[in-house]
Amino acid sequence: MLATSSTTLWYSTRATGIVALVLLTATMVLGILTAGRLRTRSWPAFAQADLHKRVSVLAMVFLGIHVVTAVLDTYVNIGWASIVVPFASSYQPFWTGLGAVGLDLLVAVAVSSAWRGHISARAWRTIHWLAYGSWPVAMAHSLGEGTDGPTVWMGILAGVCGLAVAGTLSWRVLDYRRHGRRAGQVGALTRVVSPPPARPASPGRPDGRRVRSHGVTRVHEVSR
Amino acid sequence: MTVRRRIGLSLRVDPVACDAYGYCAELFPERVTVDEWGYPIVDGTPVEPELADLAARAVADCPRRALRLYEVVVDG
Amino acid sequence: MTATVTTPERVLVGVRGEDESSMDLDRHLAAHGPLVAPDGDARWGAWVHRAVAESGLLGRGGAGFPSAGKWEAGRMASRRPVLVVNALEGEPASAKDRVLLLRCPHLVLDGAEAVAAAVRASEILLCVPDHSWAVAASLEAALTERRRAGLSGRRVAVRRPPGRYVTGEESALTDWLGGGPGRPMMRMDKSVPLRMARRAALVHNVETLAHVALIARRGPEWFRQLGTPDAPGSTLVTVTGAGSGPVVLEVELGTPVSQILRWGRFEDPPSAVLLGGYGGTWLEGSRLDTPYAPAPLASVGATMGVGVVVGLPATSCGIAETARIARYLAGESAGQCGPCVFGLPAIAGDLELLSSGRPDPSALERVAGRTSAVDGRGACRHPDGLTRLVRSALRVFAADASSHALGRPCSGHISPTVLPLPPGSDPRGDAS
Repeated sequence: MLATSSTTLWYSTRATGIVALVLLTATMVLGILTAGRLRTRSWPAFAQADLHKRVSVLAMVFLGIHVVTAVLDTYVNIGWASIVVPFASSYQPFWTGLGAVGLDLLVAVAVSSAWRGHISARAWRTIHWLAYGSWPVAMAHSLGEGTDGPTVWMGILAGVCGLAVAGTLSWRVLDYRRHGRRAGQVGALTRVVSPPPARPASPGRPDGRRVRSHGVTRVHEVSR
Repeated sequence: MTVRRRIGLSLRVDPVACDAYGYCAELFPERVTVDEWGYPIVDGTPVEPELADLAARAVADCPRRALRLYEVVVDG
Repeated sequence: MTATVTTPERVLVGVRGEDESSMDLDRHLAAHGPLVAPDGDARWGAWVHRAVAESGLLGRGGAGFPSAGKWEAGRMASRRPVLVVNALEGEPASAKDRVLLLRCPHLVLDGAEAVAAAVRASEILLCVPDHSWAVAASLEAALTERRRAGLSGRRVAVRRPPGRYVTGEESALTDWLGGGPGRPMMRMDKSVPLRMARRAALVHNVETLAHVALIARRGPEWFRQLGTPDAPGSTLVTVTGAGSGPVVLEVELGTPVSQILRWGRFEDPPSAVLLGGYGGTWLEGSRLDTPYAPAPLASVGATMGVGVVVGLPATSCGIAETARIARYLAGESAGQCGPCVFGLPAIAGDLELLSSGRPDPSALERVAGRTSAVDGRGACRHPDGLTRLVRSALRVFAADASSHALGRPCSGHISPTVLPLPPGSDPRGDAS
């Protein structure tokens, strides 16, 4: 049942926004760890990836409620269009616009991940990198929009989230510098050229082409 | 007219798509182990029905969709 | 490099070692007679299909499958297929296809027309590596002659793919022709024809087509007069290692390897022989009397592969030469599959360490383990060729391998190689 009280909606918008920010931070941290491909017996890689996916879904749920309650709240004039069209809102156009940018990026990431089996690996990875942009946008939006930005507790929360992301990113960069790619990530040569090179072939960037499947008569793939 | 006989479901990895994430070996060690470079060695013997869910999960969780489940059918 | 003839003279009829010129159309017709197509194209095509099937001709590109085996699928395709003539010859130790195309291109083109009729192909694509300008020129001259004489009814075009080792693999070649990058594809079922831009593509080796051209003239019984019942006819081999440069010979299938070596200018028998190319196998010196045919060679653990025979002198080390081949093959990986990209250089490194004679008791076990780990785990057969070669090397040169692992090197790993390796790929830089 839809609450029409403006105060309830406003509290919901603020609360779900903050929870979404925290969950988005957690998603970022888990995503960076997963990309780092570091695994232990008790912390296997598939579990990191799985947790990252589930937390991201949860973040999107809270983000959805945050956005809907913000529009339904008549106290401030935010229309349906301005949640996806940046800087179209009449209420705090800049900060709301940032929120719209963040939402656009995250929706793109979410949709591409839902359709991961139908797009090339390279396309999926390119869109997924947009997520890196969505986090600072979300953080700025949280601090600039609304009334909770200047408070102390919000500052502490933002600081903790920022440290978490910065710390994980630093670890990732250092780990990559020290160990390179941990495993895999060979790509095919982008072009086979002649004559042969003087140095041995080195792994290139991953190729995003989808693997074509050939028709088979005796062995066929179980359709999902 | 050839008679077709279904042997069962077996796993195969597409080595071109595979990027050595290794989730398959973690999820389904009964059929998938990992070589010294992180790439999966897939045992193609048919999957027992009680393990079919695990196999399906390993296939679904592969980030590159490299692990595939095949229905093996032979003629005669 | 010279081409000499010995008995029999079939494909290399009219080719003389001293005369380096190409057989033009008149000389070709004088040597072989015309390629008659009675009853029009369609029935002749069906006749060619039957004749080649009855002849038992096996493909001369290395795989050795019955040549007519893939034609049915091509003929039944809804769109008319394309015939791909594979002149890539990526095996560095093989020169037979090049000799055929330089000296008797018309025989190959006759064969292409015959197969094209049998499979109803609408187009013939001659694939010559981009660095072989002489072969391309020879083919273009021959095509011009045929056009003037009104001989070719089909569209024939010359294509110039890159001349890497794996580009000659048939799925890589059709991929490149279709506009792709030219990497081998994973093929689950080989009975499904290859595709090139939505049409079926049939790929045949140059020498196979030369034999087809003769079968189309003389019939299957004539073809079967030579060779063995399972492997009939004659075949071309490139013999290397005698010190006077590679020699391309035509030999009857079933001839003892030792005879082939003698014809190939080996005065003394070598200590071992590499057969089938760099993805082939070694044959020990004690078994050189084995007949050169698939089944007898398989019974002694060797494979015939493509017609390559490299003799290893007594001063060379089989392990060291295998290490060089392994390093070359590792560099020729298409780079698509992890086990190949990582496994082949690791095996090459193991063999190099072994041949250097550094004591390492676990060396043999490690290289055997890696070989098993890599076998069959690529999208194509490139890593399988190396594993086959390494396994045969560890068997044939077992004594050398053990003594190297115990820390006793031989001089072989510092003496120059007899193996032809493209420039830049031999890490020591002194390929012969």
